Amino acid sequence: MRKGLFVNSPIAKRFSLVAAICIAFAGLSGCATTANNPKDPFEGFNRAMFSVNEGIDVVVKPVAQGYEDVMPVPVKAGVGNFFGNIGDIWIAVNNFLQGKPADGASDLGRVFFNSTIGVLGLFDVASGIGLEKHAEDFGQTLGAWGMGDGPYLFWPVIGPRNVRDTFGFAVDAYADPVAHLDDVSARNTLMGVRFIDLRASLLPADKVVEEAAFDKYNYIRDAYFQNRRSAIHDGNPPPLDD
Amino acid sequence: MKWLISFFMGVMLSVSSAFAQEDSPDSLIKKVTEEVLTIVRQDKDIQSGNTRKAIELVEAKVLPHFNFSRMTALAMGKDWNKASPEQKKRLSEEFKTLLVRTYSNALTGYKDQTIRYKPTKMPGGDADVVVKTEVLQPGSKPIQLDYSLEKLPDGWKVYDVIVAGVSLVTNYRDTFNQEVRANGVDGLIQMLSTKNKQLEAGKK
Repeated sequence: MRKGLFVNSPIAKRFSLVAAICIAFAGLSGCATTANNPKDPFEGFNRAMFSVNEGIDVVVKPVAQGYEDVMPVPVKAGVGNFFGNIGDIWIAVNNFLQGKPADGASDLGRVFFNSTIGVLGLFDVASGIGLEKHAEDFGQTLGAWGMGDGPYLFWPVIGPRNVRDTFGFAVDAYADPVAHLDDVSARNTLMGVRFIDLRASLLPADKVVEEAAFDKYNYIRDAYFQNRRSAIHDGNPPPLDD
Repeated sequence: MKWLISFFMGVMLSVSSAFAQEDSPDSLIKKVTEEVLTIVRQDKDIQSGNTRKAIELVEAKVLPHFNFSRMTALAMGKDWNKASPEQKKRLSEEFKTLLVRTYSNALTGYKDQTIRYKPTKMPGGDADVVVKTEVLQPGSKPIQLDYSLEKLPDGWKVYDVIVAGVSLVTNYRDTFNQEVRANGVDGLIQMLSTKNKQLEAGKK
């Protein structure tokens, strides 16, 4: 799925597309109709995109399920570690940008050990010696700098992102080393495998969400708000009043 | 002989104090988690998605340590006070059924993760704590899994479960508030019970 979207589109073009859509939204804000949640003024549009995404997932999910069924656990772990190792570089940058040099240094240490002793990142030896994996992205960095969430948006393929995290995602995508590979087929293969691996890792959550939610769209949106709030505060968000 | 007597005295004292001392919140979480995971690891049915069996396990092992009326109150926020005692009972009953199912479904997704228990900060005499754990799985970053507990006369009880920063309880807040606004407390009871009946009818 991702292939089709990414083959012919340089990232810069994608970025400007995202920006254009955001601007279009700013103009639309006056005529939102179905919204009854102040954090989700574009609910009508978002629900439409959510349906599109559910449609795309009809194709993606069986592929991910097949991948999950066929691949032995060590291979899947290797794939996850390999892409995790590539991701750690950008995670380090974001930790430095957020003023957490110790975490950033630890991330660089991870890349060093996992790329060498860990055979090009296939094994996560760094976790074994106490260098823990972090999860940072540019949206979190902007959040840590004090930028507000902005309205909630739901994108096909990419999924839930508020306006801040949509910009964050565009920057993340620009910084993604895989996207800059010159060999187009290698690039597309890696992006495809990474996407399927990511989707496969979400399979166990499908049934939980499916059964727990009264309205899947709402459930995912509210979980996204909570998750991002926690992530920006590295797992210790200030308490909300009940 | 004297040493023998004092030895036995010592043993008896330590045994009785072990009985008198109830589980601290973090050791309770660890005990229950390990107990449940030991069973799941050996149960191929649960691992292959048998929700019914997982529910039985959760009801036997986990449920006694949860405080569902507190959970329901937390999910409803201010609307909780609009409910009569009878309505509160029904709400808690229905919400319990739904949460047990959610928790059980999560168990059926178990592969070969392990749990790391993080040190719990326990300010002296505090009756409300968060126990932090992490789910470790090869190839991905650890997932935070936190439990909020409060101390009740019959021991520590969990009133919130937070996965990757997402409270399984307060995630319902907006949905519940909206329903109460539209159809009152009885509407919410109806919504919960309809949902539970659907799930009960549709599952294996």
